[in-house]
Amino acid sequence: MKVETKKFLAKTGNEAAAYAMKQINPDVVAAYPITPSSEIVMIFSKYVADGEVDTEFIPVESEHSAISVCIGASASGARVMTATSSQGLALMHEILYIASFLRLPIVMVVGNRALSGPLNIHCDHSDTMGSRDSGWIQMYCENANEVYHTIINAVKISERANLPSMVMMDGFIVTHGMEKVFVLEDEDVRNFIGKRKPLYSLLDVEKPITLGSLTLFDYYFEHKRNQLEGVLKSKKIIDEVFEEYSNRFGINIPSFVEEYNMEGAEVVVIVMSSAAGTFKEAVDILKDKGEKVGVLRLKIMRPFPYEILREKLSNVKVVGVMDRAETFSSMGGPLSIEVKAALYPLSKRPLVQNFIFGLGGREFGIEDAINVFEILKGIKKRNAVSEEFIYIGLRE
Amino acid sequence: MKLKSWKELEEGGVVRNTPTSLEYKTGDWRIKTPFFLEGECSQCLLCFLYCPDSAIKVKFGKVVGIDLDYCKGCGICANVCTRGAIYMKEEDI
Repeated sequence: MKVETKKFLAKTGNEAAAYAMKQINPDVVAAYPITPSSEIVMIFSKYVADGEVDTEFIPVESEHSAISVCIGASASGARVMTATSSQGLALMHEILYIASFLRLPIVMVVGNRALSGPLNIHCDHSDTMGSRDSGWIQMYCENANEVYHTIINAVKISERANLPSMVMMDGFIVTHGMEKVFVLEDEDVRNFIGKRKPLYSLLDVEKPITLGSLTLFDYYFEHKRNQLEGVLKSKKIIDEVFEEYSNRFGINIPSFVEEYNMEGAEVVVIVMSSAAGTFKEAVDILKDKGEKVGVLRLKIMRPFPYEILREKLSNVKVVGVMDRAETFSSMGGPLSIEVKAALYPLSKRPLVQNFIFGLGGREFGIEDAINVFEILKGIKKRNAVSEEFIYIGLRE
Repeated sequence: MKLKSWKELEEGGVVRNTPTSLEYKTGDWRIKTPFFLEGECSQCLLCFLYCPDSAIKVKFGKVVGIDLDYCKGCGICANVCTRGAIYMKEEDI
């Protein structure tokens, strides 16, 4: 069944997320407000108060409690969602690992915001990069429209893979920027996601279970390998769900990566989230001048699509990797390190230059993107990378 | 007991055959072992009341011995006994 999607609304990223949540109609939402994602839950709580959803909304005293409530509710078999940002996600940190090990398909929307200190409320990816290794699926969206559709897909992916998902959007840039969002009918959303079929339920008194028991040196190792298997298998599920969605609703939502002018490109920038739009504009300007430049937008950071990167980048000469987070590794941002690791086994591989940009919401414009391409073209000419990382747009 | 491979484990570490605590012999933790001298015992049952692991075996209202599968060797029984009917000693391994 193919549904033609013609209806669109003007919505900010936060509004789009709340609207998707309304249509999903989750059984439980537990959340604590934090800039810049507060609005998601504010708008959603109005849907609850107005009786537009059947959700049990649980206001809590902290994000640690929010995610803990989500775990309890999800373990009972409920469909559970939440939203947070920055310090809120950091406060959830220890519980994130428990949610993923228990294989609970919680879907969390994150408005990316810089971590303190110094205190800042604007966009960078240090918050979710800090939890990239917690066993959650991580999807970074470019704009409000993609946020809306990705949240719907995330519910289905999570429930099929039995893994929790984070759906990211850039704080303020997307959370508060109003855009054209194509929306589905409530019924279509609900038919697409279907009913959750949980692996187990704590409320099933006929078949009592124990969750969260202690495992020591004799079993912990095996449990972690078992958990990894779920993550490995999720890659196929992610592709299948996005493909089904795109076919069914005639709307193309990328799964792991989005290619822009990659055909024959010699210089490629890998970038996540909203800055990809800036790079696409820069590519449009440069390709009119006959330059072979492209953008590979990485949408899904976890599980990391190394196979796709190897395939797409093996014939590229120079790759620029844009990191919107400083993780103090001393060898560049987290995305660049993983891209380099992914490309290492190739016998013929491109030169890789890392750029750190946009920390704490620092503006990143088309001229900055063009500057990045200029630096990459210089590297191509010299056939050598001279610096481990370059801070772009920084006052020296 | 044969340990399971990672492929045999259930996702999420779910334990279905509850309660499994009975299978876990916590007596392994013990360093000192209580010895019961039946002839000295007045059957006051203080040891039974105080034992945190329910490891004092009682039949027909009388102490008959100690369940070493679950006794962790804390020594409370020996401490509360007014007759010296339980004493603690390191076991030979």
